[in-house]
Amino acid sequence: MAIDKGTVEQVAHLARIELGPGELEKLSRQLHDILGFIDKLSVLNIAMVEPASHILPISNVLREDEVRTCLTVDQALENAPSKNGNFFSVPKVIE
Amino acid sequence: MRYQTVIGLEVHLQLKTKTKAFCGCAIDFGKTPNSGVCPVCLGFPGTLPVYNKEALNSAIKVALAFSCQIQEHTKFDRKNYFYPDLPKNYQISQFDLPLSRHGYLDIFSDNKTKRIGITRVHLEEDAGKLIHESNASMVDFNRAGVPLLEIVSEPDLNSPQEAFDYLTSLKNIIEYLDVSDCDMEKGSLRCDANISLRPEGSKELGVKAELKNMNSFKGVKDALVFEVDRQAALLEAGQAMVQETRLWDAENGETVSMRNKEGAKDYRYFPDPDLTVFIIEQTMVSRIKSQLPELPHDKMRRFMRDYGLSEYDAKILVSSKKNAQFAEECIRKYPGKDKKNMANWLIGPMLSEANSRKVELHELNVNMEDLISLIGFVENQSISHLSAKLVLTQMIDSQKPAELIIRENNMLQISDTAELEQVISGVIRENEKSVTSFRAGKTNALMFLVGQVMKKSAGKANPKIVGELIKRRLTDA
Repeated sequence: MAIDKGTVEQVAHLARIELGPGELEKLSRQLHDILGFIDKLSVLNIAMVEPASHILPISNVLREDEVRTCLTVDQALENAPSKNGNFFSVPKVIE
Repeated sequence: MRYQTVIGLEVHLQLKTKTKAFCGCAIDFGKTPNSGVCPVCLGFPGTLPVYNKEALNSAIKVALAFSCQIQEHTKFDRKNYFYPDLPKNYQISQFDLPLSRHGYLDIFSDNKTKRIGITRVHLEEDAGKLIHESNASMVDFNRAGVPLLEIVSEPDLNSPQEAFDYLTSLKNIIEYLDVSDCDMEKGSLRCDANISLRPEGSKELGVKAELKNMNSFKGVKDALVFEVDRQAALLEAGQAMVQETRLWDAENGETVSMRNKEGAKDYRYFPDPDLTVFIIEQTMVSRIKSQLPELPHDKMRRFMRDYGLSEYDAKILVSSKKNAQFAEECIRKYPGKDKKNMANWLIGPMLSEANSRKVELHELNVNMEDLISLIGFVENQSISHLSAKLVLTQMIDSQKPAELIIRENNMLQISDTAELEQVISGVIRENEKSVTSFRAGKTNALMFLVGQVMKKSAGKANPKIVGELIKRRLTDA
């Protein structure tokens, strides 16, 4: 898969990362190389391998519907960069 | 040109478990903001979500109630997007291996039963709540992580009314299952609608609009009605439709285009490595299936079979779980042989009392024994059906027993023929014309004369007996 600058710009936007001068070219090259390494997997014959969505062979991990203690409001807000009363406060977003 | 309306609905349902989907925080919406949160639902690094067993059980119940196929293999995926109501910057949802697919829901619309396909029922989590202030947005994460079900219909709905009936049926079934509050105003049930128009007979789907921000079933219907007109006008004018999200503005009764977000949505779904896969064994499905309560359709069939009700009557009575329970208790307690009598009272006078008071049938403050005694008075012809309805109104207003109201208002029917004969003589004397036309064979005239007697007796005469008496008098003479 070829990575062009447009793809990198799109990924950067989705991740809310601002790229500095020269970074677009550099990252395009690096991502292209990384995907090239991964592409080597395509030479393997995986016809007999079951698809896996998880690396651990465990399933059905569930918990009972039992209440556990939550944080206090103060604890919850302790690390917030900005708060307002009992709320987290963030730069205004409008839908 | 004539157009066919094509609608598909996406319903989000909050499950009423004790705790959230992936952590043990208690769900309680009355609470102080951010008092029901923990490191897991706040998305702190290093925490691990573990799914709620009860939520899975409830979800399987819902899927089974809609006759969906439960998928043997199911998993959670991350749906990535940035919005401050989402502390992890992704929502845990399901993408390519949902809990269930291929179900259906039968709706009763326009006196016909129609089967609406259900594409999938899948598991996900709710986001937090935002309150927008003038220069900041405030976030409350109490709702973040509440278990949600997403129920997606096929585009099988062809009118706003059908969409409304679909929602009503869906809510009814969920209420029977008792797994969600289903309150659209409180947000425990939310609905987005996809709607497009296409020339009648066309197989291809038109360009759709996605409608959001409706907060009642009526709002959904109103928004769709508006959108049908808007889209038809655009198509008529030969203008190209844009695929977009539109918000329903209930105050102005219109849908408004949401400013288009740059580019198409790109959620980059991928399997959530923090959660394991789920293998849903057939034995588990069978066990849950055997625990399902009687659902509206089955209850309706049973009412028809056991109580001799018509499909129409039974359908009305089962249209809400609590009404059905109330109705069945009334019918069971009713001592008469023909259970239909009680059903008629419930669907007739009782339901109209409920409607005029804007409450549900089961919320009417009527004592069952009292209702049965009132019906008894009608059956032994002590009072007319008409006065009985008045008594019912007073029973609800004054909370007095039927018998007392009948006595206080002197409403007992006059079945005493001697007393009636006197009134009848007067009426015959005063209405010679009608008497003549009755003798000339006009049966309508009899109705008129009976009516006059009823009037003179202030509605207390027994109309059946009055009719008989007048007939006998006029034919004998």
